[in-house]
Amino acid sequence: MSKKIHIRLANHRVNSSVAVYSRVPKIFTPGEIITPQNEFMRGHGTYEEDGNLKSSVAGVREQVNNLISIRPLKSRYNGEVGDVVVGRITEVQQKRWKIDTNSRLDSVLLLSSVNLPGGELRRRSVEDEHMMRQYLQEGDLISAEVQSVYSDGSLSLHTRSLKYGKLGQGVLLKVFPSLVKRSKTHFHNLPVGASVILGNNGFIWICPTIVNSEDSVGGFIQNLEEVIPRQQRETIARLRNCILSLTQSKMLVFDTSILYAYEESLKYEICELLQPEAMVDVALLTQQRLCMLEE
Amino acid sequence: MSRNKELLSKIGLRLDGRRANELRRIRCKLGVFTEPDGSAYIEQGLTKVLAAVYGPHQVRGQRSKAQHDGALVNCQFSMAVFSTGERKRRPRGDRKSTELSMHLQQALLAAIKTELYPWSQIDVYVEVLHADGGIYPACVNAATLALIDAGIPLKEYVCACTASLANNDVPMLDISHQEEAIGGPTLTVAALPMSGKIVLMEMSQRFHLDHLPKVLEKALQGCKDVKNILDEAVRLHVQDVGSSTGWVIKN
Repeated sequence: MSKKIHIRLANHRVNSSVAVYSRVPKIFTPGEIITPQNEFMRGHGTYEEDGNLKSSVAGVREQVNNLISIRPLKSRYNGEVGDVVVGRITEVQQKRWKIDTNSRLDSVLLLSSVNLPGGELRRRSVEDEHMMRQYLQEGDLISAEVQSVYSDGSLSLHTRSLKYGKLGQGVLLKVFPSLVKRSKTHFHNLPVGASVILGNNGFIWICPTIVNSEDSVGGFIQNLEEVIPRQQRETIARLRNCILSLTQSKMLVFDTSILYAYEESLKYEICELLQPEAMVDVALLTQQRLCMLEE
Repeated sequence: MSRNKELLSKIGLRLDGRRANELRRIRCKLGVFTEPDGSAYIEQGLTKVLAAVYGPHQVRGQRSKAQHDGALVNCQFSMAVFSTGERKRRPRGDRKSTELSMHLQQALLAAIKTELYPWSQIDVYVEVLHADGGIYPACVNAATLALIDAGIPLKEYVCACTASLANNDVPMLDISHQEEAIGGPTLTVAALPMSGKIVLMEMSQRFHLDHLPKVLEKALQGCKDVKNILDEAVRLHVQDVGSSTGWVIKN
């Protein structure tokens, strides 16, 4: 089997920017003075020195009454209560799992905040503690919701709903957390025949359509026996490449943009979508359709 | 050998045609990789350096190293085998790269607001692709850009520059490999240019103490110039990314 490999010279590189320069807010860079007065409160991304409020990151200013903060365009995931996240188990401890959620500290999932088979009111016994590794072991992927944020910034997760739980067959895609648009729902059953979970933490899970009628005992069942038909797998692969081309051009990822990108990508073969020209083309066409939608 | 070639010609030009107080051309780019949290590429003349920043993340490996009052900053310097004139395998832990890693860490610690990230770790990897003098300054500048790209809070830019003393005691900025080889003394300074604080100063060979103030002043001026160039690049990058995402205000 031979494969075509393209190695490009630096000056043949494709510029992936699809920026629309409409209005550019003032940009602050580290060390820049935001305001000389100290009557303001300092928020994230700022610090005070010699009576001046200074920026500590490169980004744009956000002000709520007296609170000034500078938001960087890219950073690690900062969790908020209610966010949907996708994470990977890194450790099994006493009564808790440690989960990597692309946050600055590992998140915890307590044994008491998962739905065990056998109903809500089940007592968690010592046997359950011994069984923990059989429910979730190191390397497993889960979807969960942020329950609370601890004082040191680490997150506590829960999976006390049937939509959360262990993830089975599918594709994980890591993007920068700032590129996932916050919306009412992060679980989407796309009409093209696949489901996506857009984790707020930048982990995106693409899997074959979830059938809701499935008898739901809480998500610790992982069916790895079932064979996904080729057509569905191709859809998943195409979706992955579409999201990749959106993020390459730093465009936001949400259900509409994914669907538009998918429709625009149909003129390409799936493997062609990995070429930079095709990626920019898809992103550009999607950007145009989104702009038209706004108007 | 040392004085048969002049570092500065009679009309005040250097071997590569620069004036004494001119930097080499700086070109830089932020966000060159997608896997790390932040990355940058910088060219200073022919010196080319890549930097990647991972973190802040949970301390992996030796967990006892985690600090309750601030993030751990871990720097790793390495040179590509093809980066110098003669091709040479450079093992990771040799003395020169260990020393440069430590110096890099010292410079970055002065700028990063580590107290915001207790129990975490920030990894900075720099790779020299082409060494043509002033490796350390290029590494510091690249690491600064990568940290800004990763959205890690910094007090201000940390920039570095070299300076030397030419014949007739004229201070000279941004020493290239050729000039290093001819054998002038080299003063390397890493500074916080806005407040004028020096975070690292190193010297190879020696000159008379009387010359130190003017050479140092030159180097600090160089740091300020570098900072202005980097600042412009950061602004352009932020503007580009922000315009693509549509400047979403977090809802």
